[in-house]
Amino acid sequence: MNGVHDMGGLQCFGPVRPEPDEPLFHAPWESRALAVTLAMGAGGRWNIDLSRAARESLPPATYLASSYYEIWIRALEQLMLERGLVSAAELAGDATPAPAPADWRPLAAERVDAALAAGSPTERPAAQPARFTVGDRVRAAQRNPAGHTRLPRYVRGQVGTVAHVHGAHIFPDRHVSRPLPPYDDAPEWLYTVVFDGRTLWGAQADPTLEVSVDAWEPYLEPA
Amino acid sequence: MDVRVRALETLLTRKGYLDPAALDRIIETYETRVGPHNGARVVARAWVDANFRRWLLADATAAIASLGYTGRQGEHMVAVENTPEQHNLVVCTLCSCYPWPVLGLPPVWYKSAAYRSKAVIDPRGVLADFGVRLPDTTRIRVWDSTAEVRYLVLPMRPPGTGHLDEAALAALVNRDSMIGTGLAGAQPAQAATDSGAAP
Repeated sequence: MNGVHDMGGLQCFGPVRPEPDEPLFHAPWESRALAVTLAMGAGGRWNIDLSRAARESLPPATYLASSYYEIWIRALEQLMLERGLVSAAELAGDATPAPAPADWRPLAAERVDAALAAGSPTERPAAQPARFTVGDRVRAAQRNPAGHTRLPRYVRGQVGTVAHVHGAHIFPDRHVSRPLPPYDDAPEWLYTVVFDGRTLWGAQADPTLEVSVDAWEPYLEPA
Repeated sequence: MDVRVRALETLLTRKGYLDPAALDRIIETYETRVGPHNGARVVARAWVDANFRRWLLADATAAIASLGYTGRQGEHMVAVENTPEQHNLVVCTLCSCYPWPVLGLPPVWYKSAAYRSKAVIDPRGVLADFGVRLPDTTRIRVWDSTAEVRYLVLPMRPPGTGHLDEAALAALVNRDSMIGTGLAGAQPAQAATDSGAAP
């Protein structure tokens, strides 16, 4: 979906403002928001691409006006509502909380370290050989799917060069096709594709600039 | 949001979804154990050990794991080396992808619309916002983290540090230098609006 989350190249947000001696969290609720989001995610009722899709689907004005942890919380509420894990009345404080589904296993404190250290690797055995190799010229497809995708608009239709082949990884566009497990985790080959700055931004661009994206094979065509 | 998050945590705990002790453990992890000091150790090792540096550049996931840093948001790592000829800058234009095991949680500016939009079209302008100016001849390579590959910048070793040991070198490696918005050995960025001109 073409959304406001796809920000590369916009010029309307002013300078970047680094914060001297920035605290890890700016308020206690931010740390709780992080932890609640991670712990609920460990329940396996959605995957990382579904959670990204939920964040991107927030109303655009809300997305732009929210801090990142606010975005996380709003999307988390949405994910839980859609799956019936909470009700709107419960969130509003208007209902006695119903118990979690019987098969829900809360992330236990003693499992946290192992869960964080393991992560969720996305590489999978490839079903077929890679179509492209390092040095190939490729065009980022002009595609505008209605669902979740990870090809930023600023490279679509542009020609770049394959700089690295990363193996086959779970394809986000399909990973969101079902709201609950089992997810479609069939992989696609993943490439780093480098674009000349002037290709992306025109003759006025910094002549020393190159920009790369990581793009799955369905995003690319031979050029 | 304070009230909202507190109420949400209470609700989810009462429903049986959450173990509050697990939340504390997650927060403690990122407050104390997982942060840019991990990445600094990786960089310092690469500066003093040529074999480790080659390994890091060839297979960053394995090289970084050998120092004990693995997992969430760092499952597939790539290290990119700054040189006088090329400066690397990492961004996630679509969300906030960031190499947690080596850098911890991302700073607010990394997740900001300003950084996500500007890094790919005007990276020298971004560097100026951080008080960093590079020679006009240095190529700028921006890495947009659009998949699950996470990037760590290997900054250049500051001159005049040949006598320092690994621990002393690690102390020179600030977080921003491993994202590409700063240089190792320099003071961490002050807001450009506060400090005025670049150093």
